[in-house]
Amino acid sequence: MTTNCTLNGRRTSLQGHPMSRLLDAIRATGLTGTKEGCGEGECGACGVLLDGALVNSCLTPLAHADGAAITTIEGVATGQMLHEVQEAFLECGGAQCGICTPGMVLAAVELLSRTPEPTEEDVRVALAGNLCRCTGYMRIFESVLEAAKRQ
Amino acid sequence: MIPILDGYQLVVPRSLGEALDDLARHPQSRPFAGGTDLMVVLEAGHLPAGRYVSLQYCRELRGIEAGTSGVTIGALTTFTEISRSALLARDYPLLGLAARDTGGVATQNRGTIGGNIANASPAADTPPVLLVYNAELELISAAGTRRVPYLGFHSGYKKMNLGEGEIIGRVILPAPLGAAAASSPSSAASAFSRKEYYRKVGTRKAQAISKVCFAGMLHVDAGAIQDVRIALGSVAPTVIRALATEDALRGQPLDADTVAAAERTLLSEIAPIDDIRSTARYRTRVAANLLREFLTQGK
Repeated sequence: MTTNCTLNGRRTSLQGHPMSRLLDAIRATGLTGTKEGCGEGECGACGVLLDGALVNSCLTPLAHADGAAITTIEGVATGQMLHEVQEAFLECGGAQCGICTPGMVLAAVELLSRTPEPTEEDVRVALAGNLCRCTGYMRIFESVLEAAKRQ
Repeated sequence: MIPILDGYQLVVPRSLGEALDDLARHPQSRPFAGGTDLMVVLEAGHLPAGRYVSLQYCRELRGIEAGTSGVTIGALTTFTEISRSALLARDYPLLGLAARDTGGVATQNRGTIGGNIANASPAADTPPVLLVYNAELELISAAGTRRVPYLGFHSGYKKMNLGEGEIIGRVILPAPLGAAAASSPSSAASAFSRKEYYRKVGTRKAQAISKVCFAGMLHVDAGAIQDVRIALGSVAPTVIRALATEDALRGQPLDADTVAAAERTLLSEIAPIDDIRSTARYRTRVAANLLREFLTQGK
């Protein structure tokens, strides 16, 4: 089956079983920034934005992406210009091994799109579905708060 | 892990009418909403093979509407939409609390209230709240619509009273308890109090599936319990309304003896088990503690 969607601003046709995972279809296009962690909706590493809303692409059947606008980590920067969230992750040490980072960044981008001036509690709630095994989270929270200041 | 999809079919009707016709023609098909439960089961290799019908594009089943006798929530309404509803926050505050405790943001953006009910898990987060608010369900099929109380809808572990080709269409919340009493002149503000309580106990605050979940509503007038509703998750094969405990409380003064008697009654009407998430012993203790906190907090 063909699923027509917009992937990082480009009209794209994704091929696959309607019940297959959006995650696998995205990675099959060569966009491997979206990671598989747990494969059961617990870790958030596969997070992408579907019509602006954060979703776990491992739990999204491909058929539900039909007609949708999808943003993956590769679509967050504007050309060579990193997004404020990405800049802040670099400067505040929000990324270590990198597996959780794409999902963390997208969760943060979604938060800032609806809450431009979040409290630390807002950040913790927004990122609660994203697991990191390296940082202990504090630098990630700092990164998101720093990004909010720069916006 | 990439699931093997031999033997699975997912059809995607473009409207509610089309979906109901399809379910009537293929009564063995199963409805598929946000996928936040079913995709997990699929990836674990436990989803029964067969034909699934996506309800994703049944726009008629989305949204929250105020009516003359309460509020109607479309079954496809997401937890995010529920937690952002000012109307629900005002009149049914426990529902937003439960929605915000269901998974993380990504799950809340896709998971639906109807799916939470139809997944029929005893550990689901919003069903205890629906029981406390005396919710009703509108069940729809190509043959028509019927309205049933949510209490009694689950007939056993992962079972529910749904007919062939029938889906959960809407959740109806009647006007809130005590709304009339609160505005009546006889209830002096000092003597009347109404409290709502929701608490989910899990391994961590976010994402975890509950060990015990407790929802309650208490209405006290002149020191005596006028009305009370209590529901729990993860302590029996289905979510339950603690009707005997409510009976033990109704009409009684809200004092230590009443609380102790209610705790004893609660322990006789729950049947928690040992499983991967907790033990029967822990759940029993926590259920009693939550009841005590509900009754005595802020007193």
